[in-house]
Amino acid sequence: MSRSTTFSARLIQLGFIAVFGAAWYWSTTTGSVSKLFLPEPAAVWLAFSRLVTTGQFWSAVRVTLATIAQAYVIALVAGILAGYLVSRSRFLTDVLEPIIAGLFTIPITLFFPMFILFFGIGTGSKIAYGATYAFFPIALNTIASFANVEAHFLRAARSMGASRWDTFRHVLVPSALPVLLNGMRIGFFICFAAVLGGETLSSVAGVGRNIALAAELMEPARMYAWIAFVVLTAITLNLLLSSFEARASAKGGGAWQ
Amino acid sequence: MAMIGRKRLDSYASRVRWARFAIVVALVVVLEVYGRRFADPAFLQPPSEVVRAWLFTVIPDARITSALGLTVFQIACAYVLSVVFGAIIGLAIGSTTLARRGFFPLVLLLYAIPQVSLIPLFVLMFGLGPAAKIAFGFSHGIFPVIVAVVGGMSNVPAHFVRGARSMGASRLDIIRHVVFPNMVPSFFVGLRLAMTLTLLGVILAELYVSTAGIGYFTRVFAENYNPAPLFALIASLAAIALVFNECVRVAERRLSRMQRSMQGN
Repeated sequence: MSRSTTFSARLIQLGFIAVFGAAWYWSTTTGSVSKLFLPEPAAVWLAFSRLVTTGQFWSAVRVTLATIAQAYVIALVAGILAGYLVSRSRFLTDVLEPIIAGLFTIPITLFFPMFILFFGIGTGSKIAYGATYAFFPIALNTIASFANVEAHFLRAARSMGASRWDTFRHVLVPSALPVLLNGMRIGFFICFAAVLGGETLSSVAGVGRNIALAAELMEPARMYAWIAFVVLTAITLNLLLSSFEARASAKGGGAWQ
Repeated sequence: MAMIGRKRLDSYASRVRWARFAIVVALVVVLEVYGRRFADPAFLQPPSEVVRAWLFTVIPDARITSALGLTVFQIACAYVLSVVFGAIIGLAIGSTTLARRGFFPLVLLLYAIPQVSLIPLFVLMFGLGPAAKIAFGFSHGIFPVIVAVVGGMSNVPAHFVRGARSMGASRLDIIRHVVFPNMVPSFFVGLRLAMTLTLLGVILAELYVSTAGIGYFTRVFAENYNPAPLFALIASLAAIALVFNECVRVAERRLSRMQRSMQGN
């Protein structure tokens, strides 16, 4: 890819964002769009800067982060454990993998009212819901990663006298890791979205609840400020993770060469 | 020899199928026994009660069945819109290197946003009716289609394109005979993912709007600790989701067979 293409591509991206911002500014200042749907950029900025200085903001963020963390840890432990155990037997993999994959095509959101019924509208239902949602991609990728380790790798390791633990540590885990990590990444973002969604649908605290509350109270500037916070957080997390992944894969490539 | 191998494979496949069937049956039996003997009826009802509730509460209630019908309509609309606009936008972005390098990162960035946080916005803009749900399903479904189209167009092996060009193919020829066929498998993956996400978007919006439609009934049943009709309603929606997914799978199988036979000619 030539340097000038990269430059033009950046120019397109900047231009797109500039047009987007200009359209926002122009449509709100001329009054062609109701302020209820789309408040002015300045109003959103004001609401945002006011929001981040309140204690209410940080307590909501803390609730959401704690919920995500708990849900994700549960999903990680359960997903990797279940996936690993299933992947140890070809029969179990053939029997269970399609069931898990089939269940995952049904939106688990459907069952959200049941989570509310079982766990109440506190953080418990969001933890269970986020953990259930994230369990599926993590378990499926764990099965895929461990079930597809090349048989001749294992045979070679065994013939060279590797113990079970050696094989696990030096053959199974390294060759499963890329797919496994991919599942963990997908699981994390699904967990993030599920917890936020659960809070938006029905809860008493947290970031999602505050977005829904601002909408119910007809305070669009506040709602946009919260949404902007979520969007910026998601984008930052994504960029961090992809740069981390790029570095990790570059390192991995160097190790075996 | 080949016969024996085939037979052994068949018996293995049937064992897998039987085991799968047994697991599902065992799950239903366990739920039935647990629901009858131990569970608090305000939270869990056995499957037989759920079937009864489905037959006598959900199906006879015209308000619920019309809400379910409306959901089916919304999913279909949102999906068709996602595929059509996703394909158009994907083709536009994937057609030149510059457009892909410029716009594709923006698309991926938008795709990464947790869209649930935007539900209140959609309801504010489109109201409580089907428009908001279709729009929200569309906003979920369009991204995988765009990504699949652009991805399929960009990973055409360079020597295919070079070969076609050296044989005198025009740009249009290359797109029609090299890029499109190469795009098909990735496109189908996108179509399947788009269905999953469209279902998610429509159902999220349905549940968020708790004053009408499915969301109203799930809220009423949950608040009244009436789990049997709640489970029956959820199971109906899950069945709808399964049917939609299956439709996409069948269409995919048929289309890819058609494509293969066309390439054979």
